[in-house]
Amino acid sequence: MDTMTEGNILEVRDLTVRFMMNEGTVHAVNGVTFSLPEGKSIGIVGESGCGKTVSAYSVTQLLPKTARVSGQILFREKEGTITDIAKLPVDGKEIRRIRGQEISMIFQEPMSSLSPVHTVFNQLAEAMILFQGMTKKQARERCVELLKLVGIENAERRVDEYPFQFSGGMRQRAMIAMALARNPRILIADEPTTALDVTLQAQVLSLIQEMQDEFKLSMILITHALGVVAHMVDYIHIMYLGRVVESGPTLEIFENPKHPYTRGLLNSIPKLHGKRGQRVSSIPGAVPSAYSLPEGCVFRARCSERRSACMYEIPRRIQVGSEHYVSCCLYDGEEDQYAANA
Amino acid sequence: MPQMPEDTVLQVTNLKKYFPIESGFLRRKVVGNVRAVDGVSFYIKKGRTLGLVGESGCGKTTVARTILRAIDPTEGSILFRTRDGIVDMATLDNEGLKKARTEIQMVFQDPYSSLNPRMPIMDIIAEPLRAHGYSRKDQEERVKELLELVGLRAEYARRYPHSFSGGQRQRIGIARALALNPSVVVADEPVSALDVSVQAQVLNLLLDLQEQMGLTYLFISHDLSVVRYLCDRVAVMYLGRIVELADVDILYGQPRHPYTSTLLSSVPDADPRSAWHAKAIKGEITGPPREVRGCAFAPRCPYAVGICKSTAPELRSISTDESVTHEVACHLAEELELEGVS
Ligand SMILES: Nc1ncnc2c1ncn2[C@@H]1O[C@H](COP(=O)(O)OP(=O)(O)OP(=O)(O)O)[C@@H](O)[C@H]1O
Ligand SMILES: Nc1ncnc2c1ncn2[C@@H]1O[C@H](COP(=O)(O)OP(=O)(O)OP(=O)(O)O)[C@@H](O)[C@H]1O
Ligand SMILES: [Mg+2]
Ligand SMILES: [Mg+2]
Repeated sequence: MDTMTEGNILEVRDLTVRFMMNEGTVHAVNGVTFSLPEGKSIGIVGESGCGKTVSAYSVTQLLPKTARVSGQILFREKEGTITDIAKLPVDGKEIRRIRGQEISMIFQEPMSSLSPVHTVFNQLAEAMILFQGMTKKQARERCVELLKLVGIENAERRVDEYPFQFSGGMRQRAMIAMALARNPRILIADEPTTALDVTLQAQVLSLIQEMQDEFKLSMILITHALGVVAHMVDYIHIMYLGRVVESGPTLEIFENPKHPYTRGLLNSIPKLHGKRGQRVSSIPGAVPSAYSLPEGCVFRARCSERRSACMYEIPRRIQVGSEHYVSCCLYDGEEDQYAANA
Repeated sequence: MPQMPEDTVLQVTNLKKYFPIESGFLRRKVVGNVRAVDGVSFYIKKGRTLGLVGESGCGKTTVARTILRAIDPTEGSILFRTRDGIVDMATLDNEGLKKARTEIQMVFQDPYSSLNPRMPIMDIIAEPLRAHGYSRKDQEERVKELLELVGLRAEYARRYPHSFSGGQRQRIGIARALALNPSVVVADEPVSALDVSVQAQVLNLLLDLQEQMGLTYLFISHDLSVVRYLCDRVAVMYLGRIVELADVDILYGQPRHPYTSTLLSSVPDADPRSAWHAKAIKGEITGPPREVRGCAFAPRCPYAVGICKSTAPELRSISTDESVTHEVACHLAEELELEGVS
């Protein structure tokens, strides 16, 4: 029988995802571990290609058939039992139930989850009628209510329109409404505002925040923007090349970063109060290809603090604070220190 | 010959670009105009950078394309100081353009699609050299020089674009732009497609090149944080017009247009302790109007009063010091207490 830490609604353990391609094996996710405390929000952050989307899609089994997934994805059901999503049969009744009413996703491109050939009402109402046993009339009232909640004006009329009649920002709102229509317990948002302008991004993020409070959602927010997670989530997981290299409470990650990659990333962000002509410090080189993972630490080629051990040892996950973990050999031994002090 | 102050390299006056809206199937008729750029004026001094910021669709790229005469302006003049004197890009004939374009060059946003995948880097960078009659040997020499200048190894010349990372491709695009020793570089979102850790490398390269070669930049970006590091003066555009133009620290510190202030407060700074006014503004840009009455920003402006809806505000100077630029197009500029960033 699987067990989970009390208070967590989701625990992903040692998740590994590979894609078998003609050109070789893509090591997309390599032993990722994170947990989502109920009612809290976590951010998964990292640069393009580090495995954020693949990790998220694993949670609801949305990966293509070419994916080889291993590891555990433990989900605590309402009644307290634990389901390992990784073990559920593909496209079976169970995973469809979880996708239909437990875990909702919102995506960067709203048109990928909104159907162009159905009205907004038909799309929103589907889950309500199918899973929540509402009548069409009840569903209609609820849809209008949800659209109003996400800030769409003239909701009574617009609910019968097609997504293409909506502006970009309205589509994003409609998609959020659709995610909420299912009354989910977990919301996974994959770069929900990356395609939007800053003023619209601010609106949509604050909408997501309100909805999270209103519906007591647990949330996974995926983004490459550290500025976004700084204001949106309780815990941050920093990914690099398919691994979580550091994780901890938001403030701790920003104010006491441990991993050389986290530090480099934080230093390389241009600031609104920067100075003309000032150089932003950058991380040398570029992210290596996911086809051939380097041995040892995946960050070592770009790391200014690398040692000989980094060449061949895959760094362990070391606890350096009450909820703060880092995978880097610079901190070998600090675990004992932390334990001694605690 | 047209005149402009001695230290000015580029002077754009009342630039307009209207795109016709056509309707009808068999006999297409022009039913109106998209006012993509609607009376933009600015100058850039030698060795300085003017930033052009604003949300998607406000006309930034159209300004850039008209300046280089990739498209013809509807109205206005574009004075450009070449080695042989001042020319008006707006009215130059083809021969004149060919000559002028050796001295004003463009760097594009998308490092993936702006390089021909079937050409080795050598040929891509040498393209402008070939067109201007360099011998094969001189081309090779110059390409090596350029690769070094942008921080790439000379051996890379034989490789094809697909074997380079995004940041490296952007360096290649910059090398190509610099091939003919231009005095002005128009950079349209040159780092927007790059990951943060790599973005910083390219920003620093642009700063270094400016210092080494005395380049003059028109730097287009929607990212206000990035702009702060690169620009001496910044123009904020909204629906085809400049709403505020000021020295960089003044624009950020004491914005005088409600839109500028909104933009600044919408940016989530990468600091969890900083305030983030997520709900700063309602509504979204709907696209350029076909006709303008009143201030284009009025429908979204929290301070709008009667006059804002009836009379379009002119861009006017509110600076009391001649050495300081501060222009704003708002009826209420003197009355409002707006927030900036320090
Ligand atoms: N269907 C697929 N087949 C093969 N490789 C894939 C597939 N999907 C993703 N990958 C690869 O897996 C790795 C992780 O991709 P993923 O989409 O999770 O990155 P990401 O962190 O979400 O990046 P981004 O910020 O660009 O969205 C990448 O190397 C990617 O090319
Ligand atoms: N060739 C064209 N024909 C018709 N309309 C055009 C054309 N090019 C641009 N436009 C319109 O002109 C307006 C300004 O577009 P432009 O590309 O200059 O904006 P931008 O500020 O560069 O936006 P972004 O940040 O998205 O790049 C937009 O409404 C656009 O749809
Ligand atoms: Mg992704
Ligand atoms: Mg553009």
